[in-house]
Amino acid sequence: MSEKAMIELVGVQKSFGNLTVLKDITLNVKRGNVVALIGPSGSGKSTLLRSVNLLTVPDKGFIRVGDQAIDFSTAQNLPGDKELSAFRARTGMVFQSFNLFPHMSVEQNVMEGPVTVLRQSKDEARALAHDLLGKVGLAEKASAPPDSLSGGQKQRVAIARALAMKPDVMLFDEATSALDPELVGEVLAVIRSLAGEGMTMLLVTHEMAFARDVADRVVFMRDGCVVEEGEAKQVIENPSQAATKAFLSHFHGGLGPS
Amino acid sequence: MQYQWDFGFLLQYKSLIGVGILYTIAFTIGTAISGLIVGCLVALARLSSFRILTAFVTGFIEIFRCTPVLVQLVWCYYALPILTGIELSPGAAAFITLTLYGASFFGEIIRGGIISVDSGQWDAGRAIGMRRHQLMARVVLPQALRRMIPPLVNQTVLQLKNTSLLSVLAVPDLLYQGQLITSASYRPLETYTMIAVIYFIILFPLTRLAYRLEARMSR
Ligand SMILES: Nc1ncnc2c1ncn2[C@@H]1O[C@H](COP(=O)(O)OP(=O)(O)O)[C@@H](O)[C@H]1O
Ligand SMILES: [Mg+2]
Repeated sequence: MSEKAMIELVGVQKSFGNLTVLKDITLNVKRGNVVALIGPSGSGKSTLLRSVNLLTVPDKGFIRVGDQAIDFSTAQNLPGDKELSAFRARTGMVFQSFNLFPHMSVEQNVMEGPVTVLRQSKDEARALAHDLLGKVGLAEKASAPPDSLSGGQKQRVAIARALAMKPDVMLFDEATSALDPELVGEVLAVIRSLAGEGMTMLLVTHEMAFARDVADRVVFMRDGCVVEEGEAKQVIENPSQAATKAFLSHFHGGLGPS
Repeated sequence: MQYQWDFGFLLQYKSLIGVGILYTIAFTIGTAISGLIVGCLVALARLSSFRILTAFVTGFIEIFRCTPVLVQLVWCYYALPILTGIELSPGAAAFITLTLYGASFFGEIIRGGIISVDSGQWDAGRAIGMRRHQLMARVVLPQALRRMIPPLVNQTVLQLKNTSLLSVLAVPDLLYQGQLITSASYRPLETYTMIAVIYFIILFPLTRLAYRLEARMSR
């Protein structure tokens, strides 16, 4: 099964009112691969990422993550809250704005999924939370409130919270875009180490050097379409499409070694 | 003006006053609780995606928010029985009116608190696979509740003041008992002064509490 795609999207379409945001997207992410999604703002990257874990329910198309699949073109009735929740429990997602639960401590944030969704005991979940917080370098912050953390620390807690569900895949939506420049590195380092462990990841990013160095493949989107897809180094250093070239020309200087 | 104040005579009415205080407090607590329960339902209905239910409940809220409580009380007691054939005791009419009136304000406070929670919180909860009710109970409501408590306390203060309107239906609340005492003693000045002081003594700590909660929230 290692050659089989871990994430498979076929013919995914989504409109908001009469604005078509995703036009027939087909995309695969192999098990253990890292795919970077790049493109101008408003091109539909977030909507695509949110479709993978059904935070946004597509109008049409087939979506598979691991062994869970839903075909929105043929489905008689849309999946309900229970099915959607079960599907989402197997994917981890990290947001630009962290979205930590402010009324819970760092440790409780990480325990929330295992306790409430997976029905683990508190002790078991706490042990897991401590492992994961150690892994993202925040073991000593377990009892701190999220408000007391820096942006980079918050995002690392958010990553630990997602990992606590032992997801099949991780989705990152501009995980470093809200961070002060000096805090970007610590979050990218965590993502990089996840890549090293073989986590399957789909990430929206504007960090082109990081995409080139860490991603296996890069997908360039514009206006709801995949314009170009290929091996990471090739797409970023030597894109074949004029639109990709034009987009990447904004990032010169940001393409040094990372 | 040389008026001879004399509060001493009020002592002989202390059981009457006691009953009045009891009614006022009991109606406040009772209709605050029932109003909160109905208010929760109102908020959920207003937030639901069933258009007809939302429109119906919105209409209900506007009726109670845009007419005086006194008119609602009198209407519920005198007009409702003619329309429906259901006779209500003054107490029941008062209870129902204050419950619904309170619910229309509590409901909007609760709804406001729920929608003030950032949509990113919903995204984050959904992303770890939480069900809608789990998210509501563990993520949204705990955050919304903190923001709702000061306005809910303020609304409860108003609810207590509104119980004074019950006197028009001859419910023996504090003000009604004052009227009784006045007509027996012919000393409205002392009687109504005392009634006002009792309201103040009950409400002052409550409003202080609301201020303190608000100050704590805005930190
Ligand atoms: N929930 C929504 N309702 C209406 N329009 C939306 C919604 N989400 C996104 N859009 C629109 O879809 C387009 C693509 O948005 P998005 O997927 O966020 O793009 P990107 O992440 O590439 O910047 C934008 O024009 C945006 O305004
Ligand atoms: Mg986006």
